[in-house]
Amino acid sequence: MSDAGGSDPLAAAFADGPAFVPYLAVGDPDYESSLAYVEALAEGGADVIELGLPFSEPIAEGPTIQNAVVRALEAGMTPTRFFEFVADLDVDVPLVCMTYYNLIYQFGSEQGPRPFVERAASVGISGFVVPDLPAEEAGALREACDEFGLDLVSIVAPTTGEDRLEKLVAVSSGYIYVQARLGVTGASSSVSDRTTESLARLEGVDLPKAVGFGISSGEQAATVVEAGADGVIVGSALVDIVAEGHESNEPTEATADRLESKARELKEGALEGYGRRTPTPEGTSD
Amino acid sequence: MSSDAASGDRSGGDGDGEWVPAGDGKFGRYGGQYVPEALMPAIEELTDAYERYVLNNEDGFVDEFRRRIRDFGGRPTPLQRADRLSERYDTEVYLKREDLLHGGAHKLNNALGQVLLATYMGKERIIAETGAGQHGTATAMAAAHLDMPCEVYMGERDINRQRPNVFRMKINGSAVTPVTTGRGTLKEAISETMRDWATNVEDTHYVIGSVVGPHPFPKMVRDFQALISEEAREQVVDRTGGLPDSVVACAGGGSNTMGSFHHFVDDESVELLAVEAGGSSLAVDETEGVAPNSASLSTGTEGVLHGARTKLLQDGDGQIVESHSVSSGLDYAGVGPELAHLVDEDRVTPVNVDDDAAIEGFHRLSQEEGIIPALETAHAFGYLHEHHDELGDVTVINVSGRGDKDLDTAIEETAKRDVSNAPDMSMFNGGLR
Ligand SMILES: Cc1ncc(COP(=O)(O)O)c(C=O)c1O
Repeated sequence: MSDAGGSDPLAAAFADGPAFVPYLAVGDPDYESSLAYVEALAEGGADVIELGLPFSEPIAEGPTIQNAVVRALEAGMTPTRFFEFVADLDVDVPLVCMTYYNLIYQFGSEQGPRPFVERAASVGISGFVVPDLPAEEAGALREACDEFGLDLVSIVAPTTGEDRLEKLVAVSSGYIYVQARLGVTGASSSVSDRTTESLARLEGVDLPKAVGFGISSGEQAATVVEAGADGVIVGSALVDIVAEGHESNEPTEATADRLESKARELKEGALEGYGRRTPTPEGTSD
Repeated sequence: MSSDAASGDRSGGDGDGEWVPAGDGKFGRYGGQYVPEALMPAIEELTDAYERYVLNNEDGFVDEFRRRIRDFGGRPTPLQRADRLSERYDTEVYLKREDLLHGGAHKLNNALGQVLLATYMGKERIIAETGAGQHGTATAMAAAHLDMPCEVYMGERDINRQRPNVFRMKINGSAVTPVTTGRGTLKEAISETMRDWATNVEDTHYVIGSVVGPHPFPKMVRDFQALISEEAREQVVDRTGGLPDSVVACAGGGSNTMGSFHHFVDDESVELLAVEAGGSSLAVDETEGVAPNSASLSTGTEGVLHGARTKLLQDGDGQIVESHSVSSGLDYAGVGPELAHLVDEDRVTPVNVDDDAAIEGFHRLSQEEGIIPALETAHAFGYLHEHHDELGDVTVINVSGRGDKDLDTAIEETAKRDVSNAPDMSMFNGGLR
């Protein structure tokens, strides 16, 4: 575990007020537009950005992100291009790489996660989210992250019980990704009760909790933060904007503008929810 | 079935027999549990149920399974001497007739075992993926037999090439959901079924169709399928007075393969041959992301797919490439982790035959033995034809399934090629319908 608020850029991103953590699939629908889109999210108030490195078998993803992955792969995205992309990005917020384990495992000349993590560190990535890597299999990646000073963000699901939670927290740093509901990624219109339950279970865990899966509006962001989340993760609702722009041949700047205003809505929602919290004794949330 | 549990001289795990643990699911460097956290609690629950019911016969699970696979499934299946092939190849060729199992393939061994296990676990819904439709059919039959609602995911391309099985599943009362992502074959169907499972994990059991996926699936599916070699070993010793020199089975994910090999693994004199689909070529087209074959044991490299570390068809970056085979059931970019391990240990020899040889094998077994094999199975007979002089004096070949489901494809694929042993194809006028 990292010491929250220390030199860790992810922990720092959660230090003053609720964090807005958007996700986009890198290279969707093409390299240049994707750069503009990620920069628009930063403009719109992102505190951390999750950059999806597309994998051919995205088993945790719903149709929206599956399609984004197909577009990005067809446009030529690869791990090497991904690292170039991160180096090319002109943003000032911490970046988290979200991808599946096989791409991390295969990168570089030696097998295992080390070369990937080393490269990620060299282009300025701060941490990883790996949806198909439960705590049981995370040892080698955790070790490489420790070596290069990066965070490994774990996902806590609604089905995660006490015993697993302990295992999970032991390999986690940066923040905890609280999966708001069962299923795959995708925008939906309601925030599940299970989010509140998960947050309650995590109360004793000394890492920021960011809630994701299904958040698509400022109002939902507010509800989640009001319920105690330290941050909101939003993916499909943003990828939907990219998809619409692509399908209607919208100019890149116009799509970027819509992403930026959606980002503002979500960030403001998060702040709004924070303001609505019933005042709690000093120091409970940060 | 573990032979300990199967010997059945105690029940409930409260006897004096030794408790058999489920283990950690690693086969050398392969295996593991690479799945989303949301699924891990279900996988832990399944591992526990596997250990209690399947390995230790708690509540008499193994006894009930054996009774049902006999009465409903038709086990034991015969071991038949193939007279014409034995003469042709000057080798004693024995056929393990899994095509005679209810449903027409070995798939029922696993499907019935898992659906029954789901009822012991109190699950309310069954989901499954299917490639050739044989596993989906077997699961649909088992679900109807045990009164469980069932939904089967099947790639759109496979739906088109295996129509009779789609009808069979529906007639048994299962829903069949087309999967349109990717090339619409087995790989995509597995991914989609995993997504359903991640959504409905609390009341749903995923009946995976081969010895693939996260622990405990590879081991558990192998245990259910090991009935094949448990019987075959006894039958062949009975018939010939000794062990065979070789056992041959086709390999997609590898469930009929591991089932046929399991009880022979410790018999070091018996050569074990896994016949993969060589497709049209063994090369991988990296720019297109396509392998015109499904030979992951022969040509694949180590990686992580669908919950396990195993041998895969992938490009240099680790993107999974699209496989190909004339047979839907072999058309998969991965393979069971235990097989990958046994290949590394030089215990199992991976071999492959191409689409053409499989089609010839299909016609040969049909004409010379009166058995129309599944196109998957036909690969084993393609191999027998090309390498019969390397199989020793006595060989056992697993007839993993019958070919009724494949008649359309077989006719179409025969018409496309110059197949020396094909019947006069003009009578079909290009197709069956
Ligand atoms: C008749 C038959 N044989 C073999 C296979 C390949 O599967 P496995 O390698 O798991 O035995 C299939 C799969 O659908 C099949 O239907």
